[in-house]
Amino acid sequence: MQKSIKKYWPIFVLPTLVAFFIGFIAPFFTGVWLSFTKFTGTILDAQWVGLDNYAKIWGDDTFLHSLWFTAAFTVATVILINVLAYMVALLLTRGFRGTNVFRTVFFLPNLIGGIILGYIWQLIFNGVLANFGRTLTYSSTYGFWGLVILMCWQQIGYMMIIYIAGLQAIPGDLYEAAHMDGATRWQTLFRITLPMSMPSITICTFLTLTNSFKLFDQNLALTAGQPSNQSEMLALNIYNTFYSRTGWGGVGQAKAVIFFLLVGALAVAQNLITRRKEVQQ
Amino acid sequence: MKAKRSILPTILFSLLSIAWMFPVFTVLMNSFKKKAYINREPFALPTAKTFVGLENYTEGLRKTHFFGAFGYSLFITVASVAVILICTAMCAWYISRVPNTFTKGVYLLCLFAMVVPFQMVMYPLSKITDILHLGNPIGIVLVYLGFGAGLAVFMFTGFMRGVPIEVEEAAMIDGCNPVQTFFRVVLPMLKPTLISVAILETMWIWNDYLLPVLVLDQKKYKTIPMVIQYLKGGYGSIDWGAMMAMLVFAIVPIIVFYISCQKYIIKGVAAGAVKG
Repeated sequence: MQKSIKKYWPIFVLPTLVAFFIGFIAPFFTGVWLSFTKFTGTILDAQWVGLDNYAKIWGDDTFLHSLWFTAAFTVATVILINVLAYMVALLLTRGFRGTNVFRTVFFLPNLIGGIILGYIWQLIFNGVLANFGRTLTYSSTYGFWGLVILMCWQQIGYMMIIYIAGLQAIPGDLYEAAHMDGATRWQTLFRITLPMSMPSITICTFLTLTNSFKLFDQNLALTAGQPSNQSEMLALNIYNTFYSRTGWGGVGQAKAVIFFLLVGALAVAQNLITRRKEVQQ
Repeated sequence: MKAKRSILPTILFSLLSIAWMFPVFTVLMNSFKKKAYINREPFALPTAKTFVGLENYTEGLRKTHFFGAFGYSLFITVASVAVILICTAMCAWYISRVPNTFTKGVYLLCLFAMVVPFQMVMYPLSKITDILHLGNPIGIVLVYLGFGAGLAVFMFTGFMRGVPIEVEEAAMIDGCNPVQTFFRVVLPMLKPTLISVAILETMWIWNDYLLPVLVLDQKKYKTIPMVIQYLKGGYGSIDWGAMMAMLVFAIVPIIVFYISCQKYIIKGVAAGAVKG
């Protein structure tokens, strides 16, 4: 069978491959190359400058600031979203009336796009802060916690769905055995439920980690980096380097390469750590 | 084991659900209020003094051509998702049925593409699509196929590994060529994964902001997120009246879609994650 399929590759593989080449492979390698060059407007006049662009990054305070801002934001959201989503999932799998409706409601914000979410919450936060005579862009602390709350609202429902699916897949006889052995509620939670949920915890921490680290739309719509780039995250910092500083295209691309390496390293490290904690069934 | 049925959690979660929906209600309520009152007292119900009827809506529509953007968003999302589903499912089938270095390489590249952030490719991508004249609603479908291929190929291949090959062999012996085998035998079996992939890709493309901004010719074509962002003029001066009305317009189709396909969406997300 393999032989007869093989010669059909132009039909099966070629369309995806052509698009993949235009949409991903070509831009990726061009991007790596551009990070070592200087160019303006068009990329046809790109000239090799070696590591100059990378050297310039370290003199750029906004980049380092956005790196720490993003790191702090990622830590806060990964912990908050996963703990809250797991708690909600635990409660909603206990079978009281209306769980399906609540699940539906909690998931809804996830379908709303980042730009729209940003403006919805800008209204809410400015409304609350108006009582103290301030606005969201008064200080980056407001922007930070504003983004954290927005992100929790958007993502808790999504992670909750994954955790619920994971919890429902735990075989019931484990609980029965624990019950027979006289395990307390807390023992059951920490010795059975949590270890058995490790696969979904792996997935959810991975998703929240990368979502938070790569956040752009919400950042742009909620604070746009205000006040003066203090609430700017990495993705927005890179975007601004490209599009609001002329002649900085090469530096922007070098930042993008570093950004990619950071995301890649995070993804690999996270996978190694949580996978090790998974138990074999 | 019989748990005692308590009404307390239901009440608690009902309150929590109402709080959860509060931001959406606030936007809806403010869309009927006079501009000047929206930012000043967003949590107050419209009164005779602040109520403006549909003025914000007409103003928003005058400023943005929202319905045109809705059409483009709809077209781009539906076309891209359909193309992604068919092309990547075919590609994934080939990858899993013809194991060699080439297909393995394609598969690894797809995995790799899933980790690469958009910022890494955005600038070269926008230049390449300019050169190739892909800055229109049809051209962008190709870009979405390329950028969405990673996740979709990954999910389909994962599923394909568990599908027994005997059924396909039987079809081939009965005289089907590979294309017929794929569409008549394989594709129907893929239905659950098709739904999962379709939902994940729809959620992404419908809400995507940066890719269309960079790829599309903005003077001619705008999608919904682009229109919303466009309402924010220079230096952060926002017409909050028009903004509220257009936010309502942007959220309503999502809620309608969600309510009508709710079962599939929640199942699709759960299934998609388990495989991931």
